[in-house]
Amino acid sequence: MGNIKLTEVTKSFGETEVIPPINLEVSDGQFVVFVGPSGCGKSTLLRLIAGLEDVTSGKIEIDGRDATTIPPAKRGLAMVFQSYALYPHMSVRRNIAFPLKMEGLSKQEIDARVATAAKILNLTDYLNRRPGQLSGGQRQRVAIGRAIVRQPAAFLFDEPLSNLDASLRVNMRLEIADLHHSLKTTMIYVTHDQIEAMTMADKIVVLHAGRIEQVGSPLELYSRPRNMFVAGFIGSPKMNFVAGADASKPEVETIGIRPEHIFLSKESGEWAGKVRVAEHLGSDTFLHVLVENLGTLTVRADGEFDVSYGDQVFLTADPSKIHSFDKNGEAIV
Amino acid sequence: MARNVSPSRKTAITFLAWSIGLMMFFPILWTILTSFKTEAEAIASPPSFLAFHWTFENYLEVQERSNYFLHFLNSVIISFGSTILGLLLAIPASWGMAFVPGKRTNNLLVWMLSTKMLPPVGVLIPIYLIFRDTGLLDTRTGLVIVLTLINLPIIIWMLYTYFKEIPHEILEAARMDGATLGAEIMYILTPMALPGIASTFLLNVILAWNEAFWTLNLTAAKAAPLTAFIASYSSPEGLFYAKLSAASTMAIAPILILGWFSQKQLVRGLTFGAVK
Amino acid sequence: MISPSVLLLFGWMIVPLALTVYFSFLRYNLLIPGTHEWIGFMNYQYFLTDPAFFEAMKNTLLLVGGVLLLTVFGGVGLALVLDLPFWGQGVVRVLIIAPFFVMPTVSALVWKNMFMNPVNGLFAHAAKFLGLQPFDFLAHAPLFSIIIIVAWQWLPFATLIFLTSLQSLDQEQMEAAEMDGAGPANRFIYVVLPHMARAITVVILIQTIFLLSIFAEILVTTNGGPGCASTNLTYLVYAQSLLQFDVGGGSAGGIVAVVLANIVAIFLMRMIGKNLEA
Repeated sequence: MGNIKLTEVTKSFGETEVIPPINLEVSDGQFVVFVGPSGCGKSTLLRLIAGLEDVTSGKIEIDGRDATTIPPAKRGLAMVFQSYALYPHMSVRRNIAFPLKMEGLSKQEIDARVATAAKILNLTDYLNRRPGQLSGGQRQRVAIGRAIVRQPAAFLFDEPLSNLDASLRVNMRLEIADLHHSLKTTMIYVTHDQIEAMTMADKIVVLHAGRIEQVGSPLELYSRPRNMFVAGFIGSPKMNFVAGADASKPEVETIGIRPEHIFLSKESGEWAGKVRVAEHLGSDTFLHVLVENLGTLTVRADGEFDVSYGDQVFLTADPSKIHSFDKNGEAIV
Repeated sequence: MARNVSPSRKTAITFLAWSIGLMMFFPILWTILTSFKTEAEAIASPPSFLAFHWTFENYLEVQERSNYFLHFLNSVIISFGSTILGLLLAIPASWGMAFVPGKRTNNLLVWMLSTKMLPPVGVLIPIYLIFRDTGLLDTRTGLVIVLTLINLPIIIWMLYTYFKEIPHEILEAARMDGATLGAEIMYILTPMALPGIASTFLLNVILAWNEAFWTLNLTAAKAAPLTAFIASYSSPEGLFYAKLSAASTMAIAPILILGWFSQKQLVRGLTFGAVK
Repeated sequence: MISPSVLLLFGWMIVPLALTVYFSFLRYNLLIPGTHEWIGFMNYQYFLTDPAFFEAMKNTLLLVGGVLLLTVFGGVGLALVLDLPFWGQGVVRVLIIAPFFVMPTVSALVWKNMFMNPVNGLFAHAAKFLGLQPFDFLAHAPLFSIIIIVAWQWLPFATLIFLTSLQSLDQEQMEAAEMDGAGPANRFIYVVLPHMARAITVVILIQTIFLLSIFAEILVTTNGGPGCASTNLTYLVYAQSLLQFDVGGGSAGGIVAVVLANIVAIFLMRMIGKNLEA
């Protein structure tokens, strides 16, 4: 259950090809995140899998079956929309029961499944309310509830947390992760937030302009990014890129070093620089340091590092953590 | 605005606003009051405002003398009939344009609206002659047909805007939930569109009830609705203000009440979306 | 699904219109039996050179212009007042909106008899109270009287639309202007009015189209008189068609009215079309 395979799938809108040929496989039970900047095609890809858009060419297989031409309702997938798409004129109970009603299940079965879903999601007290009377987080859960009761082969999430405020987002992230562990169903999750991707995914698919840049586990993408795009997209704050700093390796056009892999000292180090902006968060300190010939580098220090605007600091990069990129932006191992 | 308005300023504005409101409403108010006066009191000078002998005699006389009820019935049949017929034609049309839009949908919509801009005199003669020759003159059927056609563009337009407001993600969710087209229409679309359909119905009944060109020119005695009936009071025979007021009050009362409920629809329906 | 409506509307528009055009080229009078000869543009010639036509055109423009002036200025004013804070907003709104829902024949007759009548009308009573001579509105100022009646009916429409537009104005814009030092008058000129420009344009266009066809009010009050003093184009065509039974001439007049309305409609349609694309 929940095995999805895309073979040479493309999508064009009219003349414009938004997704060049993509090959991808999602194993049963995996939590896969499609991540990328706005307009990279991640939502389109999700909708192709859901069946809400038709592929221009290529094949989509679900559990070994060719699902390319099967309509969305019959693919056995459930989708949670960014705007939740709850039925405003129905109570929470009827919203969650709707797909089961469409399936033609008996009233007892429907009631039982709705009750279970409501319990898992803490919605039992709200079953008789209408979406308009619920908060954002509650609506979110109703949307998830509606998906759960269908016992689908896979869950598709389209940027479900974008409409929530920051603290609620963190809570819901945990809830969705818990849900995945208890249900063990495949989940495909679309987001533009790389933190969500890193914290929730078994496997991340980084997309850029319709193309898959890299597929891998969070740590793989963090430690061994294949190109500058992935290197710069994953990790917060962004990786520092410095142009051609090593003459002994002529094919290296750019090197990258993450802020957390630069050692800070007030006394000595490889590069000398002046502090431009100092961000004191208590748990970390982020400094934006202007280094001669290299530009502004972002550096992270553990805990408190007492400097302010204009102070001089010394930076030393951890040599084992330096990434090298050629003139095409590809990583050189 | 969270800033406070001083009570004296608010009082002054209240006074101003109420004065204007009462001035605008005064003709209607005066008509209603006059309908309860005797004819003598109705033309008395100086005119009495509330201190007069209240009587229902005018209402009774209007009904006795001129079979007011028949004309009232005509108005009801014509306005409800043309609205229902219009809705039956418009719902599939607006549906098609809102959910299965084509390249020419916009142009089609604009063209339909343009038919409403046609001055009625431009087609008065042919319609009159056709009606005369087909026996539709002075019939309720004939009027229902004409009023349906002149209001059809507005009904289609209003339904189109209401249908378009249904977020299509909800329809997609229904599709993913396994709903067939029929289920989608029955369980999702219609309940969500019902308020819009009701509003359109309301506004259109009002417009049809008040229509005063075709109802005046295509009817004589039998099918004349209230618009035409009241017009017959324009050549007065003797004292008649109180009776005119009674007839008028009865003619406009239903619509005033309905109209109060349909202000928002009025803006939507008659500005064709050009004002948000 | 769309076709029945399209076909019906198409038929409704094209067939009678085509017939009108056809008739306009004939000598056809219902009172004069016999064959209808083709006389080409003579009907148009007669119609357009008839002094009644010029009077009617002038009156049409005066009517439309007068009502527009009253309703646009009055409407903006009323909208501004309704937007202010005061007690009983809901009720006042209903009072102001009410005239639009009164059927034209009723409102015309009420004004004609109970207000403007020089013997028994309220205006006459008021004049006598002030020691003045009562003024026979409909006899001496027929067009003006009709403008008042029609403006009274359409003022609520304009007010509602302007109010809607006013209430869609972003409060933050007004606050920014205030912080920039603009007083109420300047805020009105530089922020409110430009925002309402679109609504004002729409009101003018839509009202013009409907006002060109004012009919019932004229029929019921003055019958176009005295003479042609309150005849507009619509009434003139009506008189020729259904009173004089001159099908040919009336049809020519009808086409002229259509052309006139079309000119205004083109502008309105473009605005609507642009809005649909948005």
